[in-house]
Amino acid sequence: MTKVTVAEEWLNACAGCEIAILNVGDVLVDLLVNNLEFVHIPVILDKKYFGQTGEEKELSIPEAVVGIVSGGVRNEEHREVLLEMRKKCQILIALGTCATDGGIPAMINMYSDEDLKQFYYKDSPTTDPADYPTEHIPPLLDQCYALDELVNVDLYLPGCPPHPDWITGAVLALLEGKTEYRMPEKSVCDACPTIRESKKGLSDIKRMLASPEYDPDRPLDEMRCLLEQGLLCLGPVTGVGCGGHKGAPRCIAARVPCRGCYGPVRKGAKPLVDYMGALASVGFDPNKMPDRRGYLARFSGAHGVLKRPVRR
Amino acid sequence: MGKTLNIAPITRIEGHASVAIHLDDSGNVADARLHVLSLRGFEQFVLGRPVEEVSRIVTRICGICPWQHHLAANKAADECLGLELPPTGRKLRELCQMMAYIPDKILHFYFLAAPDFVLGPDADYSVRNVVGIVGANPELAKKVVHMRYKGQMMLEKFAGKVIHPIAGVVGGFSKPLKEDERREILEGIQELKEFSLFTIKFAREEVFPKYLDAVKVLGVFPSGYLGTVRPSDGALELYDGELRLMDQNGEFDQFKYSEYVNYIGEHTEPWSYMKFPYARKWGALKLDENDPVGVYRANTLARINVCDKMATPMAQEELDIFRKEFGRPTHLTLLYHWARLIELVQACERAEELLNDPEITGREIRCKDIQPRAGEGVGCVEAARGTLIHHYKTDDNGFVTMANLIVGTTHNNAPMNLSVRQAAKAVIKDGNYDQGLLNRVEMAIRAYDP
Repeated sequence: MTKVTVAEEWLNACAGCEIAILNVGDVLVDLLVNNLEFVHIPVILDKKYFGQTGEEKELSIPEAVVGIVSGGVRNEEHREVLLEMRKKCQILIALGTCATDGGIPAMINMYSDEDLKQFYYKDSPTTDPADYPTEHIPPLLDQCYALDELVNVDLYLPGCPPHPDWITGAVLALLEGKTEYRMPEKSVCDACPTIRESKKGLSDIKRMLASPEYDPDRPLDEMRCLLEQGLLCLGPVTGVGCGGHKGAPRCIAARVPCRGCYGPVRKGAKPLVDYMGALASVGFDPNKMPDRRGYLARFSGAHGVLKRPVRR
Repeated sequence: MGKTLNIAPITRIEGHASVAIHLDDSGNVADARLHVLSLRGFEQFVLGRPVEEVSRIVTRICGICPWQHHLAANKAADECLGLELPPTGRKLRELCQMMAYIPDKILHFYFLAAPDFVLGPDADYSVRNVVGIVGANPELAKKVVHMRYKGQMMLEKFAGKVIHPIAGVVGGFSKPLKEDERREILEGIQELKEFSLFTIKFAREEVFPKYLDAVKVLGVFPSGYLGTVRPSDGALELYDGELRLMDQNGEFDQFKYSEYVNYIGEHTEPWSYMKFPYARKWGALKLDENDPVGVYRANTLARINVCDKMATPMAQEELDIFRKEFGRPTHLTLLYHWARLIELVQACERAEELLNDPEITGREIRCKDIQPRAGEGVGCVEAARGTLIHHYKTDDNGFVTMANLIVGTTHNNAPMNLSVRQAAKAVIKDGNYDQGLLNRVEMAIRAYDP
């Protein structure tokens, strides 16, 4: 069997997506031996951009059938690498919520780079104030972008990190020659087994300073919905998938509320607006919700969702 | 001026960096630098967030050590809100710290570092990787993948998410450990302990001896060290204790987390986004590999150097062997790999101890009636890559007004640069270089597991 060539890159990322790839588990060895040939993947393979002795002038990544990119795009090097990946790969996969929606690092889109650098290089309590570094480092872009703001993306595998079920599923689909693979357009609530009673008139919204009520000896499907218990849970406005093909949502299984790590339920959905309706439906006053952007756009600040302050 | 070799990306590490080696006209190394290429701004965008949410944000600083960031953030938030944890809540956090450590060490040793040693530093890049290891020793490779996976999945099953965890909550832990879960995890940990003991013996007897020559020269320079110790006896601590900052001769200061600002300063160079922490007491930072000033290192070798002993018996036996051969402190950079495996043994033994502690299955896991308030807290945890320092301030509503973070790899920015320059000068002479020699420069970086 001919192996399928794969190139992988990480941009404004944390390596969690790459660890998620490793977490496909025992099948990994078989895939590596029989099915996949990685031609470029910095986390495990020593393939260099400028030749193996660093003497070439142009950045280059080998051609591959499948390209996988994690992370958003935040500096000039990220952009250059992404454009090269798009050029060299037939099918481009955006892996993880940073690549699909900006992810946590796109929260920076709420702030100015000047404020960021002012604290980091001048005001921090441990830092000797200094000029900002500028030499031999790629300049920052004006914000943190999702991949599809710069290039065409063929497959979206969101998640922070993506569940290995979806990674394996996409790989197997591609090996079968399919070029389509879509996550279901459902919400976390659709996969959540907790009890919903849809009764209104509950108390105030609680922050995570409070614990939900549940009996640890009883299964998850005997716990009342966390949102109905008054805890801010973002299940209604978050894409399904964190529990894999069949499992319960992972945060709920740990008895903590969802924070939206799979991004919006469908492309173009507006969690900042939609959640207000979800709160009202269980009887809360949406105006009492603190830090709306910090909860509702925590993982999806790209695509212009989070904007920086206007400076005069 | 001669040419510049641009080694990018640095590979088999867990972040983004490149090395520029500048050669003079006769082909010798004029200078070499490690450039850290990204700046994400976590200190900025946690501002304005409720402090109890921060432990669910800062995990994304690192996908390899998210548990350590999660726990350090929880500790800092606890202190901001003035909380004293119930013992079970504290122990569950520590158990997760140990369980997260184990697969991470296995990952680094076999997947990232071992190709240089098992396949050799000069092997072609196409085989000098984990796939090459699979080819060279398929049975061992299968075992490695399986053991690492098992460690990850045990933690995921108990704590919901293993990558970017959520089960640590301000004031404690989100769910108790049930007896049947305890038994199942204990069994898994015992298996991982056996594998860890096999790994360190294999490394000590069959892997490291072949490369002792390289160990003695590559990336070596004298420095200080930072790590956490148990206040009562100076034993190596991974979860909680006091910080110890040792100078290159072995003299040290020991201090509480909140005092870190008195000991650690951060310097900026114009050519790296990442700052350069240094020990204030020793003078202004001097990045000279022959006469470094202010430079200290963190991560495994640092912790092994600063501790008086290991906290568990089998790890202690390994430390005895190590110290007999290399003394204390030892400045041999490649020994990070050996030190990493000694810590792996302690993490397994400590997890076992915690699982045999009757309090671990207690039901009082979290403080009650937690109220927001203005406060300040410094939470530290030892991550695989080095000491994490999370320092937050909150307003009356418990929202973050200041966050200062010094994290694992940042501590090692100055030392990695010195190791790079030292290694480059040692291996590149009179214009002679090839991919194998340049890989040796990267090996000096890889030791720090950045």
